[in-house]
Amino acid sequence: MAISLQLALAAIAVMLCAGALAFAAGARASRINDLYFLLLGASGTLALTAGLGGLMASTPPATTLPFGLPWLPWHVRLDALSGFFLLLIGLVSIAVALFGPSYVRGLAHGRDPLSVLGGFTGLFVAGMLTVVLADDAFLFMVAWELMSVASYFLVAFQHEQAANRRAALLYLLMAHIGGLCILLGFGVLAAFGHGFDFDSLRNALPPTPWTTVAFALAFIGFGMKAGLVPLHAWLPEAHPAAPSHISALMSGVMLKVAVYGFIRFVFDLNGDLHWGWGVAVLTIGSASALMGALFAVVQTDLKRLLAYSSVENVGIVFIGLGLSLVFLSTGHRLLGVIALVAALYHALNHALFKSLLFLGAGAVLHSSHERDLEHMGGLLRRMPWTGLFFLIGCLSIAALPPFNGFVSEWLTFQSALQAWQLDSGVLRSLLPIAVAILALTGALTAAAFVKVYGVAFLGRARSRRIRRAREVSLGMRAAQAWLAVLCLLLGVLPMPVVALIDAVPRQLLGIGLAQATRHGWLWLTPVAPATASYAAPLILLCLAFAWWLVRMLLGRARLRRPRRSDAWDCGFAPPDARMQYSATAFAQPIRRVFGVLFRIDESIQNDSGTSRYRLQIADRAWESFYVPVARAVQAASRRVTWLQSGSIRVYLGWSLATLLILLWVIS
Amino acid sequence: MTLMHLSLTEQSVFVLAALVLLSSFALLAQTRLLSAVHAFAWQGALVAAVTALMASAGDEPHLYLSAALTLTLKALLIPWMLHRLIRRLALERHVETVRRPAVITLAGAAIVVFCYWVVLPIARLELAATRNILAISLSVVLLGLLMMVARRQAVSQVIGFMSMENGLFLAAAAATGGMPLVVELGVAFDVLVAAVLFGVFFLQIRDSIDSLDVDRLNRLTETDTTTVPGTEARP
Amino acid sequence: MTLLPWLLTLLQAALFAAAAPLLVGWIKKVKARLQNRRGPPLLQVYRELWKLLGKEAVMAHTASPVFRAAPYVVFSATWLVAAVIPLVASHLPSAAMADVIVLVGLLALARFVLALAGMDIGTTFGGMGSSREMLVSGLAEPALLMVVFTLTMSAHTTNLASVMDYIAGAGLLLRPSFLFALGALVLVAVAETGRIPIDNPAAHLELTMIHEAMVLEYSGINLGLMEWAAQIKLMIYGTLIANVFFPWGIASELTPVALLIGVMAITIKLALLAIALAVTETVLAKMRLFRAPLFLNVAFLLALLGLLSHVILEVGA
Repeated sequence: MAISLQLALAAIAVMLCAGALAFAAGARASRINDLYFLLLGASGTLALTAGLGGLMASTPPATTLPFGLPWLPWHVRLDALSGFFLLLIGLVSIAVALFGPSYVRGLAHGRDPLSVLGGFTGLFVAGMLTVVLADDAFLFMVAWELMSVASYFLVAFQHEQAANRRAALLYLLMAHIGGLCILLGFGVLAAFGHGFDFDSLRNALPPTPWTTVAFALAFIGFGMKAGLVPLHAWLPEAHPAAPSHISALMSGVMLKVAVYGFIRFVFDLNGDLHWGWGVAVLTIGSASALMGALFAVVQTDLKRLLAYSSVENVGIVFIGLGLSLVFLSTGHRLLGVIALVAALYHALNHALFKSLLFLGAGAVLHSSHERDLEHMGGLLRRMPWTGLFFLIGCLSIAALPPFNGFVSEWLTFQSALQAWQLDSGVLRSLLPIAVAILALTGALTAAAFVKVYGVAFLGRARSRRIRRAREVSLGMRAAQAWLAVLCLLLGVLPMPVVALIDAVPRQLLGIGLAQATRHGWLWLTPVAPATASYAAPLILLCLAFAWWLVRMLLGRARLRRPRRSDAWDCGFAPPDARMQYSATAFAQPIRRVFGVLFRIDESIQNDSGTSRYRLQIADRAWESFYVPVARAVQAASRRVTWLQSGSIRVYLGWSLATLLILLWVIS
Repeated sequence: MTLMHLSLTEQSVFVLAALVLLSSFALLAQTRLLSAVHAFAWQGALVAAVTALMASAGDEPHLYLSAALTLTLKALLIPWMLHRLIRRLALERHVETVRRPAVITLAGAAIVVFCYWVVLPIARLELAATRNILAISLSVVLLGLLMMVARRQAVSQVIGFMSMENGLFLAAAAATGGMPLVVELGVAFDVLVAAVLFGVFFLQIRDSIDSLDVDRLNRLTETDTTTVPGTEARP
Repeated sequence: MTLLPWLLTLLQAALFAAAAPLLVGWIKKVKARLQNRRGPPLLQVYRELWKLLGKEAVMAHTASPVFRAAPYVVFSATWLVAAVIPLVASHLPSAAMADVIVLVGLLALARFVLALAGMDIGTTFGGMGSSREMLVSGLAEPALLMVVFTLTMSAHTTNLASVMDYIAGAGLLLRPSFLFALGALVLVAVAETGRIPIDNPAAHLELTMIHEAMVLEYSGINLGLMEWAAQIKLMIYGTLIANVFFPWGIASELTPVALLIGVMAITIKLALLAIALAVTETVLAKMRLFRAPLFLNVAFLLALLGLLSHVILEVGA
């Protein structure tokens, strides 16, 4: 057993210990707070190291654990794909470990909430680590359910509010339907293989219609967990309900675990790829990206906005995966690899910047107890460091060079721009449309984050709570700094990262991106230098040079310190904080242009002289998907209510009959 | 075979054919009746130009005649008649509200892709350079139909119908070097008669139901036999 | 030997920045003539710029560091784009640094920071301008990308210099796809550079402005940099249209004669484009804001039709 796998197992063990410790501490949990987060950090570091080891090892280490069913011991394996996702979990866990101690202290009220929070966080992280290490369907499902159930308790942590309880219940329900689909998907493969370990599933090779059935089940199951449209509606309810550092883990990491599951299932286990799957993934991915971005623009609750933007980013990851499927199944293997690398890169990027933004939102929440954008404003003066890191997060998520979000979107564009190599004219015309939607999404995201940053951090404070906000503690700032620096590094030095990720397709598909790394660490050339190249370090250097030049030539000394004065008031009363453009107002043009896609409920209430503008924007997924399904389920259950007579003897009679029939069947 | 191997005339045929497609989208997006008539006239002129260029490229002189016929009929005569009709019905300033124009244009684009896919096997058979225009002409036909679906104004529906005929003509010219002249004359005459008839018909409709909104024609159905005359819903 | 191309790159970047105000001055002059006015002298734009760059800046009390840094970021990013786009010579070393998509990204960076600066002071007009700018640019982006796609389908590259080489090398070809792409790019350029009918560069009423509303609070050197960046941006789009679709005359090797021809060619092309812009601006009126989506919808449709006509007509079954 290689050392990297041992480290990974140690990470899981440390996390389980931390969870047990928190449960054991009970009411005294606040005293072991620092120790607890130290353990989380240690586990994160272990996972990070193990992940790097997994990405660099040439042969994946594997072993069996002495747990599990008698005939099916738990298999674990650390290949490049698992290693990549371990790395991702590790990076975010470290940030959360830095952020947690002071943030959780702010939550310490009630009887013994901290022990519950800590305990389930431990189980949650351990579950995610186990999912990516699992090498048989049984362990995979156990870990998957552990992750889902533990995160349910975390969503329901602040259960005093009815909305949170409802969100948690919805989340649990969706997680279980998704889990069921995944289980059935594994079942289809297992029916043709001889065993539940991934090696047998890989060699199962079911006949054509069954591979598609397995694909569809996996797509629904993992897509539900990843928050793809139209199954996304639980996500913006559940993620914001949890404490912010848990939101960071859920949006930043758990969604990626679902992406991991999808890649493992479709690219690795499930036989031959079909281009139709690629088109399906591409369509759903584009729809998710667009709807996520549109709903993000119109939100006014900061954490909810971030959650919708997660829907969008997962959509972008799936656009990459869809492109990869299309290219791989039509024989353009190199292009498929580029798209897969782009998807993985974006998954990593999203983990970093979304965690950064959620932690930033947590810092604001911690310091001002405010989540509503309409009450914020001018936070940059009160929390300069958080403001700076949040700005880096916004620039990254809006896919602007030279930050990391841009690199992955650029790679996605580059792979899609090779659509001319496809033989089918229909695919040649479909791919650009999907990617045009990606461009629209990028621009809408930029609008959403201009709104967030402009309304929350710039301008003037709109409420007293915000006016009293103070900069957060050193640990919380360090957590954000860690992620912000990573965002910048991954944006400026994409070459080493691509070289690292390259191990995944090399092991998974047997082909790597030799082209991309051939021209040194400075130039990123996914296809060929003549086709497209991007030199991120040079771009940053030139930007800095131009800035310096302008300052040297024009910024004469007496001009350096500007004179301060009042803002332009058009000759009327001086502007006050309430005259600022609000978040709702900022989104109004976009809301109006894309009005078809929302369900907007807008009214002006006029009572006793004061008018009040009321706006509600509902997700159409509710009325067009969730409510009909719920109704159908209810109608179906009503059909069988006659079974429920209330008499215990009748129930026993049913049990007896079932037993008899079963015995008859197996005899 | 790529564009580089074609002569300049054939290249211009492609450009003009693409412009015909664009004019179909222009028709789809026009909300003013007069602008729609103008777009329709432009489409007719473009179809005529394509036909004339095909005649010179393929050396088929009888296509010149078809081109001239198209020009006079579709680009001049029928637009003029429609113009006059609109004047008489006092609809010059009529602006139609098209619901969700972006959705309709996207549907149009989807139709074009679909036509390309449908025509693919046929286009493989033919050897003429102009075979690729078949997909365009089929799209023009279906886009005309889409326009009739999307519009409620009777006059716009007629324009959609006429534009379908443009597509058919283009298909015939592109695929087989034009229909026999007798057929073409017959079709042209039919279209002209149709235009005249529609004109008369509209005046009659307007006189009887006081509107040219085709959705109002629903009232002609016998939905409920118990309705007492005089109590039906007011427009 | 390797130093000369880099030197030329710097020179071209400097030339780009220096010529941008002239282009704006020329447009103003032509427009004035079309409206039967004499108009300001051609060099007036330089004088204004010089004056602004030398003036003391006044800032609102509520201005944050973002507000102070924004002009420099906007100017640097825009200028960097200008440095990468082939203006006079196509094969300069900077061309490999960034392809078209990176350039679009850099312009997006400039716009993002500009919109933030608009929100920074906390006045109504700044926020209004930012909000509208993000809408217009958001709708322009897919159309622009579709144009890039259409070009890539034929040229198989997103590197601007290679695209120009390809188009110049193919000789005179009538491509329906390029025709549509050109139309779409023109519409996008009009929207992105804030010209009539989307935005009025000479607007004086705060309620109707987009770009001017965002820079309303700037003064002195900061305003100068913002204005200059906007002028460079206009020239960037002009050069894109002129050099990508009509690449003839651009210097493909670095000899003095070729470079001289290149300078003359781009001057003539930009002057003609400017006249066309001035004529359309004189003829058209500014649209309501909510007509802008329709305008950009047309741009997107044109680009999409370009792509489809490439697939249907140009490739062959």
